[in-house]
Amino acid sequence: MSETLLVSIYIFVLATFVGIEVISKVPPLLHTPLMSGSNAISGITLVGSLIAAGEGHGGLSVILGTIAVVMATVNVVGGFLVTDRMLGMFKKDTKGKKELNAS
Amino acid sequence: MIILTYLLYLLAAVLFILGLKLLSSPKTAQRGNMFGAMGMLLAVVVTLADQRILDFTYILAGLLFGGLIGVVMAKKVEMTSMPQMVGLLNGFGGGASALVAYSEYVRLGEGVSLASLDVMVTLVLSLLIGSLTLLGSLIASAKLHGMMRSAPILYPMQKQINALILLGILVLGGFFIADPGLWYFPIIIVALSVVLGVTSVIPIGGADMPVVISLMNSYSGLAGAMTGFVLSNNVLIIAGTLVGTSGLILTNIMCKAMNRSLANVLFAGVGADYKKEDQVKEERRVVRYTPEDAAFILESAQSVIIVPGYGLAVAQAQHVLQELARILTERGANVRYAIHPVAGRMPGHMNVLLAEANVPYDLLVEMDQINDDFQNTDVALIIGANDVVNPAARTKKESPLYGMPILNVDYARTIMVVKRSMSAGFAGEGNELFYDKKTMMVFGDAKAVVTNLVGLLKG
Repeated sequence: MSETLLVSIYIFVLATFVGIEVISKVPPLLHTPLMSGSNAISGITLVGSLIAAGEGHGGLSVILGTIAVVMATVNVVGGFLVTDRMLGMFKKDTKGKKELNAS
Repeated sequence: MIILTYLLYLLAAVLFILGLKLLSSPKTAQRGNMFGAMGMLLAVVVTLADQRILDFTYILAGLLFGGLIGVVMAKKVEMTSMPQMVGLLNGFGGGASALVAYSEYVRLGEGVSLASLDVMVTLVLSLLIGSLTLLGSLIASAKLHGMMRSAPILYPMQKQINALILLGILVLGGFFIADPGLWYFPIIIVALSVVLGVTSVIPIGGADMPVVISLMNSYSGLAGAMTGFVLSNNVLIIAGTLVGTSGLILTNIMCKAMNRSLANVLFAGVGADYKKEDQVKEERRVVRYTPEDAAFILESAQSVIIVPGYGLAVAQAQHVLQELARILTERGANVRYAIHPVAGRMPGHMNVLLAEANVPYDLLVEMDQINDDFQNTDVALIIGANDVVNPAARTKKESPLYGMPILNVDYARTIMVVKRSMSAGFAGEGNELFYDKKTMMVFGDAKAVVTNLVGLLKG
């Protein structure tokens, strides 16, 4: 087992605990934005696809990489924007001002 | 340079974690999402500075094209269609991960036999999970969008065949790991995973799709993490793992809220057999009330808890319902909404649908927080919900709902149910609540009835 792999496994395991800790604090109220937002984060695979698409080796690797860039970008851009749109709808009851908020 | 790259990747990972942390309160959530987006932008910019990238043409084309689709989807999507949208995005994320893993294999080319064991193992896993997520999510989205029959599609030996496909993938993967030179093996693995994505989701009923979407969310993260292992890229591992756990936690919450095990959701084909005996059951009479009767009761109510179900959103009655809530509040009543965890078509969906209708989020109360309040409540107003208020879940052992936590609406002084007809809910179980002496059944379209109520209470 290489040292890189060992470090990666460390990171994987620790990230699992961070994930459980952070995610369980998200209230059910926000579970849909959590899904779409975390979904956008999983588009991080974009980083890998950029290198694949841009290495200039030509051929299959570039084609696959480019398709991957498109898919991951849809994931990232769509995910963050729709989450922002949703979260913008959540407003607190501010008694008198409530009517002003109504579109 | 390399060190700087890694440090900036670390910063991106920190931004992701902080962003998810800020999602713990609606006040900070929007900022949290911004943090996540900033982390992503940082990671992309750092990557673009990588010396390995020689040609930006395809990258720019891909970013622009994908970005455009993303913007249009995010702006156009209806809040009721959010589950399909998230499903599609999950699928794309998973598909991208599998593609990256495969193109890494292609890139390694001749040197592939030198690739270490861990790269090969994670490569196979990334191909498997990524392709499965892509197709599974597409099917789930098609079912949710009504493009495909949402009832379970069952055929003999289904589980065994699926198990066999999975076994086949793993065996092929094993051979491939042993001999990375077998260049056509990854293609077969992807093809089989794609098939498995389809065959493992079609037996699951439309009502259980929220669980599938949550699970696919988890898979898409996991696929990303596996690709991170293939590329030895830690920010991918961290982000992917965070999403993987998030999806898993949500899956678990949904299963608990339905009192079902994940295995039962995935394999039991619930929803296929709408029990015929229920339809030939004795014709009991319910007492029908008019909106006028309902308005009369609501007029004098001091406390009202509204229980919205997905039927409300189908009827597009959220806005007028909030109008009703506002009028009742102005009359001095304490009006709140009780949200069951499975209300809607994905975790937390009902909250978004009501937030869109300008319902302040502090009026949206979770089941556990509000369930003890029903006994001191004058009116429980149930609109478009059925299974989540069915007392059979408490008492009737043979019911598919048995054991599912429900909203205790039957403890309220008056139970008001607005419903189209007497039809059973998703679970196919008749609802005893409708025959309760305290229950007022108001039949009709949710929007029409509530609009009527608003008019009566205004006048």
